[in-house]
Amino acid sequence: MTNPGSTLLSVRDLKIHFPIRGSQGGVVKAVDGISFDIPSGRTVALVGESGCGKSTTAYGIIGLEPVTSGSIQFEGREIAHLDKQSRRALATDIQIVFQDPSAALNPKMAIGDSIGEPLVIQGWRRDERKQRVRELLDLVGLPEAYAERTPNALSGGQRQRVVIARALALSPKLLVLDEPVSALDVSIRSQILNLLMELQKELGLSYLFISHDLSVVRHLADDVIVMYLGTVVEEGGAEALFEAPQHPYTQALISAIPLPDPRAQRSRERIILKGDLPSPLNPPTGCPFVGRCPIRIEPCGTIRPSLQPVPSGTRAACLVRAPATLAA
Amino acid sequence: MMTETAQRDETPVLAIKDLRIQIGGLDVVDGVSLRADRGRILAVVGESGCGKSLTALSILRLLPKAARIAEGRIELEGTDLAHLPEKDLEDIRGNQASIIFQEPIASLNPLMRVGAQVEEALRLHRGLSHAEAQREALAMLVSVGIPDPQRRARQYPFELSGGMCQRVMIAAALICRPRLLIADEPTTALDVTIQAQILDLMKRLRDEVGTSIIIITHDMGVVAEMADDVAVMYGGRVVERGPVDTIFAAPAHPYTHLLLATVPRLDGHRKSALRTIEGIVPGVDQWPKGCRFRSRCPLATDVCARRPSLDPVDATGHAAACWHKDRLREIA
Ligand SMILES: Nc1ncnc2c1ncn2[C@@H]1O[C@H](COP(=O)(O)OP(=O)(O)OP(=O)(O)O)[C@@H](O)[C@H]1O
Ligand SMILES: Nc1ncnc2c1ncn2[C@@H]1O[C@H](COP(=O)(O)OP(=O)(O)OP(=O)(O)O)[C@@H](O)[C@H]1O
Ligand code: SF4
Ligand code: SF4
Ligand SMILES: [Mg+2]
Ligand SMILES: [Mg+2]
Repeated sequence: MTNPGSTLLSVRDLKIHFPIRGSQGGVVKAVDGISFDIPSGRTVALVGESGCGKSTTAYGIIGLEPVTSGSIQFEGREIAHLDKQSRRALATDIQIVFQDPSAALNPKMAIGDSIGEPLVIQGWRRDERKQRVRELLDLVGLPEAYAERTPNALSGGQRQRVVIARALALSPKLLVLDEPVSALDVSIRSQILNLLMELQKELGLSYLFISHDLSVVRHLADDVIVMYLGTVVEEGGAEALFEAPQHPYTQALISAIPLPDPRAQRSRERIILKGDLPSPLNPPTGCPFVGRCPIRIEPCGTIRPSLQPVPSGTRAACLVRAPATLAA
Repeated sequence: MMTETAQRDETPVLAIKDLRIQIGGLDVVDGVSLRADRGRILAVVGESGCGKSLTALSILRLLPKAARIAEGRIELEGTDLAHLPEKDLEDIRGNQASIIFQEPIASLNPLMRVGAQVEEALRLHRGLSHAEAQREALAMLVSVGIPDPQRRARQYPFELSGGMCQRVMIAAALICRPRLLIADEPTTALDVTIQAQILDLMKRLRDEVGTSIIIITHDMGVVAEMADDVAVMYGGRVVERGPVDTIFAAPAHPYTHLLLATVPRLDGHRKSALRTIEGIVPGVDQWPKGCRFRSRCPLATDVCARRPSLDPVDATGHAAACWHKDRLREIA
């Protein structure tokens, strides 16, 4: 058993590149040298806009995407370059939940069999499996009778509960949640978020929580990692990061969330960024954010900033807001 | 500056009256009335399947084959579109009223240069020459914030990002300066920083052109950001409507109240249990009789088996359809 707060997963200088075939050639640096830790029993959130490399990071961790370079340690053991066999053994410790519960379930298979599938692969006996499936249904708040149903007889929220139950079947220590509530109705979202919070308390689970919904992230996460074009631009405790974001991208991201409060929204100072995300095929040479940054200075076009601590308590990669001298 | 009441007495740009839409004999939209006033933004909000898109599509008679308008009037500046011949509708679409959708890439013609797609409505409705249409289209692309418009106009949709395609859609929708713009989840598929740009653009155009906008969304944040007026839908009906500040500060319908309470807030207490709404949104064939929120409502009683009408709460246009508005405190 890992002690609460001790490091469960440690990612160092992780790179996942995709070579592009065809006349143009080149390489997509989907994840380009990121580092972070997930402490036991905590929630670490990965945020950032579409294409910044959140899912690729997740796939690297669960072994769905080959790692180009860098290290991933789980409970001190290197897992970045394991073969298929050893990867499968690791499935008892790390599981993933995807965004779309409908795509994740076999439409012809009874719910109970879907939940019990990982147990079959690990060689559980039939009666043990039945017992465990009952426990799991109870854990995620579904009636036992649902074991006999097929997915089409369930709502989206109920399907996501089934997917979570299946991910928990082997009692993993780390759950990777890739946009687990994005496909759900607003009134169902809060049910699933509550369930995730309860399960964490009850089972001491660690979460890597991927979401583009920053209000949800602020509510659930202990630590937050903000990604831009495959790199980390700011990271820190959720409190500090939302209270006093330092990187201009984090600030723009937070200020772009419309608050569900018309009066507050009207009086709010908003930062509206110009332009789109640059293509990961031709990222800028200096700071990845240079093309859209409202406060850039001359050197930003050539010097790539590294993460440096800032007085507000986070770490930011910005030549202006977190100059390297502060670190010394 | 006009006062609130003065504005409301003016003839609305769009008035939907008792609209009923049927699919396979079921009333998927059931007695919806809405109005959009000049220079104002109406947000229609509700969860998946509540009938937002069907209502929006019906305005310009773009409903899917399976659906039909069974009853009601759709008055665009006095003309009833619900009963207009198809060829008259063609004069209206893209001219007096336009619609944009959630997936900009899917709604643009993949084989046509984006510049030409923006020009199309001008040539069709205004009979402009090629050169004139091109000049106006370029000016429009500039005003919706497309960088390097000369080059972009010659490109195809696949060469543009999602945010840029949505801007092209908006440019095409607004090129004839329509009185009404219907936007069905225009930013749902976009990133938040791009969403902020697009919402900002829509507000600016409303201010400059005076277009009345109906924005459809399930995001209460977008409602708060954009709306002057709000209509909340559930189960194919409008359950509450009113000025935006009232809807957020003093909702009168249990569904609106709960919907607002379930979303985590940026200023909320972290890690606290979130408010939930019991049960699920029932399918079209499973809506309860009477009040359709009855199967999930914490205040439901026997009287709710009869349909509540959308009654005024006060004189500002705030109205809610609930038998127990006075008991709302009990779930607060
Ligand atoms: N198999 C692949 N081959 C080539 N490029 C890829 C591949 N998978 C992902 N990419 C690219 O890598 C980048 C990161 O993608 P990723 O899916 O990790 O983003 P994301 O942050 O999860 O985005 P979203 O929020 O849209 O899910 C994108 O530019 C994507 O197009
Ligand atoms: N072409 C169709 N055939 C059959 N049923 C349909 C069709 N289009 C819509 N419906 C049904 O009508 C109801 C209302 O659909 P509508 O698309 O208006 O919902 P919506 O409020 O826009 O939802 P969403 O937020 O998911 O877009 C839904 O229950 C839907 O399943
Ligand atoms: S390093 Fe320069 S370009 Fe990058 S975020 Fe900081 S100021 Fe902006
Ligand atoms: S009419 Fe009854 S069921 Fe419907 S919202 Fe009001 S109290 Fe609830
Ligand atoms: Mg992803
Ligand atoms: Mg819709």
